[in-house]
Amino acid sequence: MSNNKIEVKNLTKHFGDLHVLDDINFNIKKGEFICIVGPTGCGKTTFLNLLTRIYMPSKGDLYIDGELADPRKHNLAFVFQEPSAVPWKTVEQNLKFGLELKKIPKKEIDSRVENIINLMGLQEFRNSYPHQLSVSTEQRIIIGRAFVMNPDLLLMDEPYGQMDIKLRFYLEDEVIKLWKATGSTVVFITHNIEEALYLAERILILTNKPTTIKEELKIDLPRPRDITSPEFIKIRNYVTEQIRWW
Amino acid sequence: MDNNKIKLKLENISQSYITKDNVFTAVSGVSLEVYDREFLVILGPGRCGKSVLLNMIAGIEKPVDGSIFLDGEKINGSDERIGMVFQKLALMPWKTVIENIEFGLKLKGMNKKTRRETTQKYIELVGLEGFEKSYPNQLSGGMKQRVGIARAYTNSPEILLMDEPFGQLDAQTRYAMQDEVLRVWDAEKRTVIFVTNNLEEALYLADRIILLSKCPAHVKESYDINLPRPRNTTDSDFLHLRKLISDNTDLAL
Repeated sequence: MSNNKIEVKNLTKHFGDLHVLDDINFNIKKGEFICIVGPTGCGKTTFLNLLTRIYMPSKGDLYIDGELADPRKHNLAFVFQEPSAVPWKTVEQNLKFGLELKKIPKKEIDSRVENIINLMGLQEFRNSYPHQLSVSTEQRIIIGRAFVMNPDLLLMDEPYGQMDIKLRFYLEDEVIKLWKATGSTVVFITHNIEEALYLAERILILTNKPTTIKEELKIDLPRPRDITSPEFIKIRNYVTEQIRWW
Repeated sequence: MDNNKIKLKLENISQSYITKDNVFTAVSGVSLEVYDREFLVILGPGRCGKSVLLNMIAGIEKPVDGSIFLDGEKINGSDERIGMVFQKLALMPWKTVIENIEFGLKLKGMNKKTRRETTQKYIELVGLEGFEKSYPNQLSGGMKQRVGIARAYTNSPEILLMDEPFGQLDAQTRYAMQDEVLRVWDAEKRTVIFVTNNLEEALYLADRIILLSKCPAHVKESYDINLPRPRNTTDSDFLHLRKLISDNTDLAL
């Protein structure tokens, strides 16, 4: 068996006459952090919905550890742009929620949740309800809830789209910390090229519809990354030119 | 900018609300001057009271303290010389693009022919020709925002307030709309006050940036932005200023 955690093979999707995704192929190694960028309207959401199995592909498929992906068997976690905490549960109960559904032993749940609360510095919010939190803190809860599952694949769809720049970098640093601490495999979708280069070990650049992979780029810059360094700016300008439509 | 002629002046503006068991202060003692034909950006972290400040200038809410002067005269409540583009669009879904845009002129009782001529001019200016008879739900996010901008300009305001107009657009559509807004501003020569939480956007657009603190908002700093236009977001001067302002911005978790 290869050391690929995720294999995407010939992924294709049609909605009637509309050809959205065209023969997408790529692999993700265990523990890798990948960012996906592409022009507006290129089918990123369809792509994500196929990975989460909300839609089924017209052709091709997604494999996890060499097996056909199955949400009942594999652990797929998502974070969307809009926070989606369960409103009648406290922060701590939200963090435990997924683990309880998966019938993980209580002791294990407690230790994993404790670990995430400590990593993220959420102690003071432990007993708060989502409506008592700011939007950004609620989003942090959702991100913690995704990482606590030790997912086979964590999918993030532009979770920081509306945040101001200072807050965005703070949250991006936090996500890197969680990723390193948990060894999760992450696919992060964004319109923001600076964000993609700040986070990713590798980025996939998508084309316009029918969408396919235009280019894969390995990002070898040391962390924490300096967004003003000439290497960073060079790659940022290059990727921008690959997808520019505005 | 017209030789620093002061168009709008805020003097010690504050706003507070009574909550269940407390008084919540959103804006605290803001004083600032806006020059004629200036592109002023008000920048601040999320939920810091930026929209509240703009709503007070628009006369949508009354400050608990302080005064607002337009061309040297104190104003109370809304004034037809001040127009607004809203964050959440506020388009009427049952009206077409052209009906949405001409709505203000219709209320003023302008006859249909003049009204349509004025409206058409702004439809063309924002690039919506061919979509006059479309309904808002048939348009993309960027196009809906263009309707809001055309509607505001059609009423010929001397000051245009824009409250995070691109907050819900993706990063790339934002770039396109920023160029659009600068082009229209350049063509129309009106004063613009633009609110955003996005520092890159602020630096791309502004003649001057007023940086607000976290809640309750007060003015932290004013920056004159002398970079030539069109600006390049990865230019070293641009990134240097971005770092400078970012380091001075409060983190609002």
